[in-house]
Amino acid sequence: MSNYDAIIIGAGHNGLTNAAYLAKAGLNVVVVEKNEYIGGAAVTRELQEGWKYSNCSYVCSMMRQAIHRDLDLAKHGLILVPYLGNINFGDGDERLLSYHNEEAAHLELKRHSPHDADAMHRFQTDLTRYSQLIRKTLMRTPPDPTSFRPRDIMELLYLAKQFWKLGEKELYEYVRFFTMSAAEYLEDYFENDLIKAAMASPGIIGTALGVYSPGSSYILLHHVMGDVDGSIGAWGLARGGMGAISNAIAGAVNEFGGEIRTNSGVQKILVENRKAVGVVLENGDEIRARIVVSNLDAKRTFTRIMDKNDLPDGIYDKAKNFKIRGSSGKVNIALSGMPKFTGVPENRYVARGGQVFTGSLETMERAYDCWKHGRWSDDPFIESVIPSAWDPTVAPPGQHWMSNFVQYCPAELSDGPWTPEKRDQFGESVIKKIEGYSPGFRDLIVHMEVRTPYEIEKEIGLTEGNIFQGELTIDQLFFNRPFPGYGQYRMPVKNMYMCGSSTHPGGGVSSVCGANAAREILMDLRRTNTVPEDDFYDE
Amino acid sequence: MTTTDPYAGERLKRTAFYARAKELNIRDAWAAWNGYKFAEYYYDAEYEYFCVRNTCATYDICPMQKYEIKGRDAEAMLNRMVTRDVKKIGLNRVAYCVWCTDEGRMIDDGTIFKLADDRFMLTCGSPCTAWLEMSVFGFDDVTVTDVTDDIAALSLQGPTSCATLKKMGLQGIDTAKPFDILYFPFQGDTLMVSRTGFTGDLGYELWIKKDLAIEMWDELYAAGDDYGIQPFGEAATNMARLEAAFIMPAMEFNEALRTVNFEHDQTPFELSLGWLVDFKKPHFSGRSALLKEKQRGPKYTLTKLDIEGNRPAAGSYIYSSKLCTKEIGYVTSAMWSPSVKANIALAMIKTDYLEGNLWAEIYYEKELRQYSRVARCTRKTKPFWAPARARATPPPDH
Ligand SMILES: Cc1cc2nc3c(=O)[nH]c(=O)nc-3n(C[C@H](O)[C@H](O)[C@H](O)COP(=O)(O)OP(=O)(O)OC[C@H]3O[C@@H](n4cnc5c(N)ncnc54)[C@H](O)[C@@H]3O)c2cc1C
Repeated sequence: MSNYDAIIIGAGHNGLTNAAYLAKAGLNVVVVEKNEYIGGAAVTRELQEGWKYSNCSYVCSMMRQAIHRDLDLAKHGLILVPYLGNINFGDGDERLLSYHNEEAAHLELKRHSPHDADAMHRFQTDLTRYSQLIRKTLMRTPPDPTSFRPRDIMELLYLAKQFWKLGEKELYEYVRFFTMSAAEYLEDYFENDLIKAAMASPGIIGTALGVYSPGSSYILLHHVMGDVDGSIGAWGLARGGMGAISNAIAGAVNEFGGEIRTNSGVQKILVENRKAVGVVLENGDEIRARIVVSNLDAKRTFTRIMDKNDLPDGIYDKAKNFKIRGSSGKVNIALSGMPKFTGVPENRYVARGGQVFTGSLETMERAYDCWKHGRWSDDPFIESVIPSAWDPTVAPPGQHWMSNFVQYCPAELSDGPWTPEKRDQFGESVIKKIEGYSPGFRDLIVHMEVRTPYEIEKEIGLTEGNIFQGELTIDQLFFNRPFPGYGQYRMPVKNMYMCGSSTHPGGGVSSVCGANAAREILMDLRRTNTVPEDDFYDE
Repeated sequence: MTTTDPYAGERLKRTAFYARAKELNIRDAWAAWNGYKFAEYYYDAEYEYFCVRNTCATYDICPMQKYEIKGRDAEAMLNRMVTRDVKKIGLNRVAYCVWCTDEGRMIDDGTIFKLADDRFMLTCGSPCTAWLEMSVFGFDDVTVTDVTDDIAALSLQGPTSCATLKKMGLQGIDTAKPFDILYFPFQGDTLMVSRTGFTGDLGYELWIKKDLAIEMWDELYAAGDDYGIQPFGEAATNMARLEAAFIMPAMEFNEALRTVNFEHDQTPFELSLGWLVDFKKPHFSGRSALLKEKQRGPKYTLTKLDIEGNRPAAGSYIYSSKLCTKEIGYVTSAMWSPSVKANIALAMIKTDYLEGNLWAEIYYEKELRQYSRVARCTRKTKPFWAPARARATPPPDH
């Protein structure tokens, strides 16, 4: 029997990142994953021969370059490729094309509103300023504001300095920004409804908020704080699908001598004398180690694989009340050819780009209303991309697949539990919407994978299908993530840590949670830190 | 009424592919190469670079100089001119070569195609008619013909390039090994394809009679449609070649025949191209100077660097300490590599200092203000980008 230093529960990309950095420091680590495949929500699966879906996450921007570089993920087969532009489909015939090229983008905005074309500069400038600040905090452990340890005080001072650099006026703006809704925030800048809707849409992705809900402006920021090769806010595709990211990190784990076991679901974290000492697998096997790290979301970790009696008072309830409402579905469609969309020029670049079925602010809000009433949206907001238009490895030549991220879709329906029939009806609502903009779309369909929050939870264990492992509202961010007092990756039971998206800085394929947790663990174990500092663009 | 263009004499020439290239040059981003109008990029330089690494892309190499060298003495003449042993080039094979002055300073680099025992094609970046004619002196049976304007050449590079050529109907193309030349019938003529390129990736170069250029382009683009084909220009080429650590004239080396200042040109040894110099073969231009250089060791050595941070070290000096007191070299090319995710550079460094610490002083601008930073450099021995598919035969489909 091996003597492990660390057990990481879950081979999501954060669990793998955590394992890679611990193994790099010389620790003997094992990752135990319940599924037969690794990656969690950063995964590629071939459900129809020849087509490779990114089943959950589908685009990449938050992945920290510093980690990509440090773990030499290129060597392990990872390459991120850009895709060019997006088309926003309005409710009627209106189309807003977002071109990669600055001049082209400006002209297109001007076609809709000369005012908004100018205002876009101010909007982008303000957003960049806000995101610079957030970006600085990503690869740092949040300070505990109630602590008097020098480290926490230093970190608070660092933050104060960063905020101070904004200037007084901007500081107020910043605080205001955090509490606003995306729609309200955009009112300050734009007049054209499609432009407003298009800009607001990142504010609802993955959240149980609407465009008019306070807090959605932060979500907007969360989606533009990443970068691809220094182009902040840009998104790219992982060649071979999002699983290529997880596979490359797994390559690093193996390189450093770590072990990954699939088909090894954890039934329970073993706690003795208030210390985590190992895990019991679903097949009854017991594995022991000095420390246990959970890649699962906070709710799942504390309410499913831990015994309430092993936890200090109050933790179970905090976990039970952790806000992790599911709001999104994912429909992956294999196509026999490239769909054509109405009202779009046959531009070989932008016509292949991403498609956002935006509608208008009102359509989005109505879609949210359905969710509140426990139904999937009659007229959903859909963010799509056709990865095969850019990546030759994910569909047979000349054929394609379309990734559709759909809002809203509730975890629990008001008319009783999810059934395969209801799931298919939900899928149908998505096809219907797309077909409205792409006549004949249905005839191209070769295969479909419809995932409601129910499937997402069942397959990858994201509670309620929440894509971020817990909502990104201010009460659950930064030092409050997952719970106040536990923002530093150490959990209430000794020798136990969390490294998934339930921790700072939250969801998305970034590897940051896993890396940050590794840094804290190595500090506790008095090992040399292996986690690099973040790589900025001199912001 | 006929009008004559009063500026005709100074307008750039158009390559054989211009009619198609101009349609795709959406940004009107033109530069020039050897008198030809030549794309800097077509749509987006970075995107085109990624096509080279992710799908496939074409680069118009019509402006590259091409010479046909024919006759019984052709081989001997070339062997007298270049530093590599031309005798060792197999039939229907290509070899990368350099040629030097008597002082061992590099004139240019290029490729030699052995098309028959008495027929070769030499390609290079700059015209070298005069040097070739001088090199012919003393050989009886050699003729040199500039065929630059007769042959249309297109480079197809990237992971789906082999699949695209297969789709185009070039049966057996997957059997071509790196540096092989194959021939295919094309519209009653012959299409020559070499497995060569300047990107460090899987790739081919297509050579066809000028009159058939557009037909070939159309067939290639029809086949490549499902494989992400896209034209790329100078900007993307420069990125790809730097990742492959290939040298460029006027970047890594200053052509000897155009160098005014003493030793501001380079030797093959300085450019880390010593492997191209074959002292076992008969006399060649620059031999004795190069032998001396080899024994003494080059003053400078072209070095591959991985530099901390993400600011490209373009134009930086290299120092032996962080204090930047002792200058020991200079960066010739630098970029952030999107594929490797590293801040890469080629630099000429004084050979004596290679083993020590290397620091680059990097200047950059942020909203009109100048900043500088000193960054640690790490030497790399292998090219930054060298995927297995570039060497595999048969190559993968993507
Ligand atoms: C539909 C969808 C679309 C998304 N789109 C994007 C996007 O485009 N871009 C982006 O950046 N982010 C996106 N996200 C968010 C992003 O994918 C996630 O935030 C991120 O992948 C979470 O990674 P993680 O490692 O923290 O956790 P997870 O990926 O959730 O990993 C947890 C792992 O634990 C395993 N596990 C669960 N229970 C057990 C157990 N008992 N024993 C052992 N193992 C267990 C799971 O199988 C899983 O492998 C999306 C998410 C979803 C669901």
